[in-house]
Amino acid sequence: MPPEFRARHNWLDNEAGPLIRPYALTQGRVAPQGCEFDMVAFVVATPARRDGGMPLQPEHHAIIEATWEPTAVVELAAKLDLAVDVVRVLLGDLRRAGLIALYEPPAAYMPHNIDVLKAVVNGLRAL
Amino acid sequence: MASVRSDQDGNQKRIPIALKILVAGGFGAGKTTMVSSVSEIKPLQTEERLTGANHTDSTEGVEAKTTTTVTMDFGRITISEDLQLYLFGTPGQDRFWFLWDELAHGALGAVVLADTRRLADCFPSIDYFEQRGTPFIVAVNCFDDRRFGIDAISRALDLSPEVPIVEFDARMALAARDVLIELVEYVARRQMATA
Repeated sequence: MPPEFRARHNWLDNEAGPLIRPYALTQGRVAPQGCEFDMVAFVVATPARRDGGMPLQPEHHAIIEATWEPTAVVELAAKLDLAVDVVRVLLGDLRRAGLIALYEPPAAYMPHNIDVLKAVVNGLRAL
Repeated sequence: MASVRSDQDGNQKRIPIALKILVAGGFGAGKTTMVSSVSEIKPLQTEERLTGANHTDSTEGVEAKTTTTVTMDFGRITISEDLQLYLFGTPGQDRFWFLWDELAHGALGAVVLADTRRLADCFPSIDYFEQRGTPFIVAVNCFDDRRFGIDAISRALDLSPEVPIVEFDARMALAARDVLIELVEYVARRQMATA
């Protein structure tokens, strides 16, 4: 919900919960079709290649706007104030429409590379 | 470095690699404190709203399931342009174990926070990571002056001898950072031992 809307209606706040039930945004779908997105997978909007098929909701547009720079799924959820699972369903729609690209973390399917671990230690030491 | 990936469309966007570290422990052990002290962003919270049943593609019966809200803390540390570390504070309640499975999938490792006043609170986390084979270290959050020897804590937790235990103050950024270094070095040692 946009902040200006919240400001005009002070009877709506975080305590009151969402005005629209979370899964109403996804037409009741609770998981994306045909894929799983890791919480730290990166999403990048692809230059528009609309197939013209799918009607987009405001939340779909918000995701595209937010992902011109690579953004992790979990950050996207926090930024848009949407539940992670809701974001996943919407990402599934966008990926099928060819509007975003998704990059799963390599660690999800292979052990951590020793050079990466060393880079992490050095990076942490430099903080 | 091998970790560099680029956009498949070749439009020059570099896609960083994100690594996950879990911060677990009993209620009030300092998970949120640790995530906030070491994160470069104000820790964000995201809500995972969950239906009571397993995740399915079916929309049938969705309206009948009760929804639960779980708030997860997460923080970020940018190691380099290509490498980011995400810290996730695991939701404390046992009934959210299934969410742990998702968090633990592909995780680099975990820090189990122990509070010596309520040491037993971290048993479930330790059991979980042991069973899953996720590398973890135990970090004793020092709330007060009542210190116990590391050996005594290790015995009380029945840890295998190679699992590192460190004492730290979760409020101090550098102390929290050192705990993460300890974990990553431990993961690297394990990796080299099995290679």
